[in-house]
Amino acid sequence: MTHRKRSFGSQSFSQNRRQSSSSGTQEDHEDSMFTQPSTSQVLRGLENLTPAQVDQKTSEVIQYLLVKDQKKIPVRRADLVKHVVKDYRNVYPEIMKRAARTFEQVFGLKLVEIDSKHHTYILINNLEAADRPPPVQCPANPKLGLLFVILGVTFMKGGVVRENVIWNTLKKLRVDSGEKHEEFGDVKRLVTEEFVRQRYLEYVRIPHTEPMEHEFRWGQRADMEVSKAKILEFMGQLHEQDPQSWTQQFREAQSSSSSQR
Amino acid sequence: MCFSQISSMARQMGDSHRRFLQTMMINGITDEHSVKALYQYCCEVNKTPHVPDKLDEFIDTINSKLQAMFMQIRKGMSEVDGHQYYVLVNMAETNITRMSSDYADNELELFRKIVDLTVCSENGKVSSTDILNITDTMTTKKLKKSETEHLLSRLVQDKWLCEERGEYTLSARCIIEMEPYIRTMYQDHLKVCHICHSLAFQCQICENPTCGIKIHNPCVARYFKRRTEPRCPSCDDFWPHEIPGAFTSCKVLLHHNNTASLIFMSTTAEVEDSVAQ
Repeated sequence: MTHRKRSFGSQSFSQNRRQSSSSGTQEDHEDSMFTQPSTSQVLRGLENLTPAQVDQKTSEVIQYLLVKDQKKIPVRRADLVKHVVKDYRNVYPEIMKRAARTFEQVFGLKLVEIDSKHHTYILINNLEAADRPPPVQCPANPKLGLLFVILGVTFMKGGVVRENVIWNTLKKLRVDSGEKHEEFGDVKRLVTEEFVRQRYLEYVRIPHTEPMEHEFRWGQRADMEVSKAKILEFMGQLHEQDPQSWTQQFREAQSSSSSQR
Repeated sequence: MCFSQISSMARQMGDSHRRFLQTMMINGITDEHSVKALYQYCCEVNKTPHVPDKLDEFIDTINSKLQAMFMQIRKGMSEVDGHQYYVLVNMAETNITRMSSDYADNELELFRKIVDLTVCSENGKVSSTDILNITDTMTTKKLKKSETEHLLSRLVQDKWLCEERGEYTLSARCIIEMEPYIRTMYQDHLKVCHICHSLAFQCQICENPTCGIKIHNPCVARYFKRRTEPRCPSCDDFWPHEIPGAFTSCKVLLHHNNTASLIFMSTTAEVEDSVAQ
């Protein structure tokens, strides 16, 4: 199965995101060859296509993004153009505009570009978080519970936390990063690779540490999808404390929920 | 508010529809009971009125918007337990389907071969041995024995196949999702249930060689409920198979050539198989 994963951002990609890319990857080269068509080019392109053709291509793009989103894997524009859009690249902006509209109106999802350099997209939930869980058991639930603990601890520590704090916290919850867990399997891989790839967490090396140490931060998907107020509430339940007792975090949660969306 | 306003309102998607759709997408297959509970939940969370017997219309609204994307929420019966299940199916012919992101090309090729074996089988069951043998005919990169076994366990886990005693059957999710594909591909080989008219893989077959109609096990249970003398709905010959859920102590059976035999029956499959021989 590894052959399928190679085209979607490796860990080094996410770590180097804020610095300029050292060596261009295959996808970078393909993406730089794709220049966004101008509005007049798009209009000309649309004249040569039937509405049905554009609709069909739009639905293919929607399908592709939905499938990738099932795995919470960000989609690069280069892949989207290469595998799906293909000869319709001259009307690409129009297709993306229609796709975004459909995502909002039909699925309650928002198409967000999280990386304007590499043009990487994710789908985030546009619906308000419900006050109670759904009556249907979703397969991803246990992993999200684990993620919430990590997000919670990170948030409480001011947004950055050294990795050993997380490993110790998990150990207290009987999730040992060094052992294979019954439910989560390879915990270290889940937390430092899968959650990072899905943009829920950032796992960044702390420079000049020997042996090498990392720190955790919230990832872009978490910033957009996860309400800090909800996390605080979750932590309150965990510690049996009133969320308001953590005044600084409470204030931050209040301000971030008004700026979210 | 006039009727046309009300009916056009009904066709508009709201957050309750979107929340419902999001959950259906995550789960792949959902049983009817959970679907009804989910419908209620989505309405309540969204503070819209919940009308229990309007579930079909609620889903129709969603489906009318999904049609343009070759997706539909479809309902089907499980061949095993007879209950109704809902599946969000993908009807596009392209490769951009849910399965193609989870499985490699050669794994998908073997899966299609397993479907092929099942459709052409007598009882809708395929043994692991048959599956291992068919890997020899693969045109993409052949799967080794261990890889095949690993693939089979993933297919079971993802609810595409069911496994019992080393035999594999198509799951309810698989049948509901792939019904259009199977109907198109296998027009000649198709077995359809005489009672419910859906595709029939695990079913009972009329023993009359000129008749041969098929009925799902749950459909048999419903159709022949409490009949002392079950008869084929098509040719009227005696129906010789065990009626699921019927009394399991000894029965008097009349074969179609009117030979009476007293046969002790239990519900275990081994005995049923030996009796059928």
